[in-house]
Amino acid sequence: MKMSKGKRKLGRGVAIVGAGMCKYGVRTGVSNREMFVEAFNNMRASVDRGIDLKDIEANYVGCCGAWVWETQAGIGKWCTDWAGLVPIPSTTVDNACASASVAIRQGIIGIASGLYDVVLAGGVEKMTTLPTNETTLVLATGADMTWEAYGGYTFPGLYATMATAHMHEYGTTPEDLMAVAIKNHDNAALNPMAQMPNTIRDFMNMRIAKCKEKGQPIPSWANEIEFLRDPVYNPAVAWPLKLFDCCPITDGAACVLIVAEEIAKSFTDTPIYVIGTGQASGGALHDRDSLTYIPAARIAAKNAYEMAGVGPKDIKIAEVHDCFTIAEVMAISDLGFFKPGKEAATAAAEGKTTRNGVKPINTSGGLKAKGHPVGATGAGMVFEIFEQMRGHAGKRQVPIDANLAITHNVGAHGTTVVVQIYERR
Amino acid sequence: MSEMPFTAASFDKFCSEKKLMASKCKQCGTIWLPPRPLCTKCKGNQMEWVQLKGQGKLVSFTTIGVGTPTMIEAGYDRNHPYCSGVVELEEGPRFSAQILGVDVTHPENIKIGTPVTADFIERGSFSLVPAIANVRKTYLVFKAS
Repeated sequence: MKMSKGKRKLGRGVAIVGAGMCKYGVRTGVSNREMFVEAFNNMRASVDRGIDLKDIEANYVGCCGAWVWETQAGIGKWCTDWAGLVPIPSTTVDNACASASVAIRQGIIGIASGLYDVVLAGGVEKMTTLPTNETTLVLATGADMTWEAYGGYTFPGLYATMATAHMHEYGTTPEDLMAVAIKNHDNAALNPMAQMPNTIRDFMNMRIAKCKEKGQPIPSWANEIEFLRDPVYNPAVAWPLKLFDCCPITDGAACVLIVAEEIAKSFTDTPIYVIGTGQASGGALHDRDSLTYIPAARIAAKNAYEMAGVGPKDIKIAEVHDCFTIAEVMAISDLGFFKPGKEAATAAAEGKTTRNGVKPINTSGGLKAKGHPVGATGAGMVFEIFEQMRGHAGKRQVPIDANLAITHNVGAHGTTVVVQIYERR
Repeated sequence: MSEMPFTAASFDKFCSEKKLMASKCKQCGTIWLPPRPLCTKCKGNQMEWVQLKGQGKLVSFTTIGVGTPTMIEAGYDRNHPYCSGVVELEEGPRFSAQILGVDVTHPENIKIGTPVTADFIERGSFSLVPAIANVRKTYLVFKAS
């Protein structure tokens, strides 16, 4: 059978007309479905001309660990119920940390196919119910439990191994990675929904205050980099990655309202059109030729760019998967924004990826500081893009016309990657 | 030996006999470690077991202080980190394993490209499923040589 492997297009146009997220953080006493309702209510409030809930035809919910963190299978169905949407079809999607992006992509495909006109999609993750060491284990289940955990690999360990390879091949330094953390914390400090709305300087001041309170010697760091070099306050988690190279453990939910292009204007004057979507899969670290990039990310990006008919230079802003600082370095080169290696590694330190830089990356604070509720993260990325593209991002609004944007969401250490491109016309 | 299915359990059985065994595609000759029942290169599904020499080099690595439950049980912690790495075998395939014989307290001195040799170590395993938790088995590890 001969099949066309040429450019794929969506069957019809698709737009996002609403987006919401709940406050990310340690949400003790609030469950997945309850956080979903918070995000859902915020989404409803974001639809300029309102949404009649009877018009929503299906719900896709990303979640990867409710079976253990909440001892609940099929959590998407309960989110649908609590949002008042029973009996519409509800699909729970697990692709590790890319679950919500896959859920949103399924919603997009559902509309593009003509089956639905109005779809809800997003994700949830309640992660703080277990002690950190047990949560670390649950996160490791995103990798290959049979053949990677075999070698003693934790999840940070896998990204640390990529960081070691990057440092060896390109001379990337721990300070290059620290600059990513500093930049993303600067952004999160302006994001009221972030788990850590704090700059690195804020953390330094907190530590100094604590030392004063306890009558201990006051540490004197010359600057943020010197603080981040201090092994007492920034210990190794998996060398060469340190505590501040890693995202926190987060409870959170986010969702978006996706509609057919022909009815988008009945919801808002400024829909955000989905013009490109790509998804690809990858294998274990030991089955890859190189450890300095994520192969599935390059394939997903290529497919999304081809569908959209745009290239990396055209993209104004991006939310990328920075579960670890090294992940952002790889993301911005896999997306073609910066050359792989030193150019990508030094982009943050050189100010190229700040809100005022040539390519603002992770204006939300990223997974690093906004937080990473794994099954919800992809939807949280789209929320930020939706706010920025419509000029609603408040103090962290980029100073450019963000009419073309990208989201890049990685499942596990690159076993799933979804890249999507959005346009405001 | 040729009767053994191309599974993780068979691999474990060979390890318990201190044999490093991989599956080899009869069609294209690609060697798979971890062993696979289907050659993902040529898509052939006729495989045979082959024994590897156990010589390789370190592709990349990390040192871990907050380890997996298996490694915590084995005595590793923040003060006693261990090294995990990706090894490339002489015969071609790569494998994720614990790396012994390196200075884990000074990871900056561990060199990519370090020659390593296969070794076998017995320890417990971890699972959320009680029936298969804590089963002791022989693990393939590599020693810097």
